[in-house]
Amino acid sequence: MNPLQRYAPLVDDEEAFFEACERPLPSVVRVNTIKTTVARAREALDDEGVAYEPTDWHPGILKLEDSSPGTNWPYFHGWLHGQEEVSALPAIALDPQPGEKVWDTCAAPGSKTTQIAAMMDDQGVLVGNDNNLGRLSALRHNAERLGVTNLAVTNQDARNFSMKPFGERNLDESGSFEEFDRVLVDAPCSCEGTCRKNPDVLDEWHMGHVESVAGIQKGILRRAVQVTKPGGTVVYSTCTFAPEENEAVLDFVLEREDCELVEWDVPDGFETSPGVTEWEDAEYDPSVAKARRVYPHQNDTGGFFTAKLEVDA
Amino acid sequence: MRDETAEDENWGQQFDRLPATSDDRVVEGRPSREELIDWWVERFDIDPELFEGYTFWEKGAGKIWAFHGEVVDPIQIEGLGMRILRTRQRHWKPSTNAVQRFCRDATKNVIELSPGEAKAFVAGHDQQLDWWDGDWGYLVAAHEIAGEREPLGVGLYLHGELRSTVPKGRQEDLVELD
Repeated sequence: MNPLQRYAPLVDDEEAFFEACERPLPSVVRVNTIKTTVARAREALDDEGVAYEPTDWHPGILKLEDSSPGTNWPYFHGWLHGQEEVSALPAIALDPQPGEKVWDTCAAPGSKTTQIAAMMDDQGVLVGNDNNLGRLSALRHNAERLGVTNLAVTNQDARNFSMKPFGERNLDESGSFEEFDRVLVDAPCSCEGTCRKNPDVLDEWHMGHVESVAGIQKGILRRAVQVTKPGGTVVYSTCTFAPEENEAVLDFVLEREDCELVEWDVPDGFETSPGVTEWEDAEYDPSVAKARRVYPHQNDTGGFFTAKLEVDA
Repeated sequence: MRDETAEDENWGQQFDRLPATSDDRVVEGRPSREELIDWWVERFDIDPELFEGYTFWEKGAGKIWAFHGEVVDPIQIEGLGMRILRTRQRHWKPSTNAVQRFCRDATKNVIELSPGEAKAFVAGHDQQLDWWDGDWGYLVAAHEIAGEREPLGVGLYLHGELRSTVPKGRQEDLVELD
């Protein structure tokens, strides 16, 4: 069965949804403002004759017309990073600030992590964690190529992430901390939203995986809320359409941890749909409607889900 | 068995903060923050204020990392900022990523390459460049892109030859810019 069929009842225009899912995605790059400006990166692409088109909602996100991002001069200088257009959303929802303490729970290979670092002006403490040691080397390589210097890399299971390395037990020691201002949970998921880039995800999809990965997602999001300071922000994102991995995860954590869903400012010109409050036999907390769903036909991107939570004071 | 808590050893599993000055040094051979910044300023004539707000760390013998924030010392994690320099050898060796990040305004020991030379450099080739009449040793290799000079990486200049130290994973076969 094509798993996309199960989401047909959720979309406003079924035909457009299925059509969009069939089309390959263009190659997209984000300008890395740690090392250059948008204007200079664009000038370098122009000089080299690399054709691109800026997206209409973000001046620093450019669609390349035919080349792959790894083969031009601005890429060599670390001015550009290949990143799917829609995956720029969670960092925008997170809205990290220079000097803050921020945790990216599932950071490798680092597209969103390095975007967060740039939004922090590369200042503060950005903890990039991943449970997979092999993938951590990709995170480190990307971060260093992009000139990121505020990243601390850890290799833990995010579900029981320990603050001990950061000195939670010695809070009078200089540099120690036990809470974050903001946390991004860009969770492992069944990834149907990436089918335009990698159609194999649809063949590999099965309900058993949805159920097992939902358990992991709940564990990571709970831990994220627990280590965020009162009034702080947690963003939960996936690239799946499955409500079991999205709204159901939020509903589970809302019931067990001290936090609430809040609206976030979707960039002008970017179309989204609200989170769903009912799915099959399940009903979710009405506030999950504040989460934003992105279907591929809405902005000609991959599929995505982004929710913003505030930890209660 | 090695005492992992001994303060006078350089233990490879954790990041240890560099002492502020050589008077504060506990671990033999570890450079101080002051010596490190002096080295960058002396070698490339960059503004020392670039390193304000940075903390410097050693993990493993001679591998120096720069972090733009504060954490506890020592700290046992997988990475902390950027690897910027290899010390504990006769000539300290800066990293490609560090000169790209910190040497944009360097005025000393910067070798400006022509479009063809820049192309060969990023592909990892060594080249005979007899016209250079500056210092030998580790230089910042730079070229012009989008109307301004930009560092490419680190070249080792010896006997008229510029050796590219661009790591294999960063080497690219790019077009020659006009």
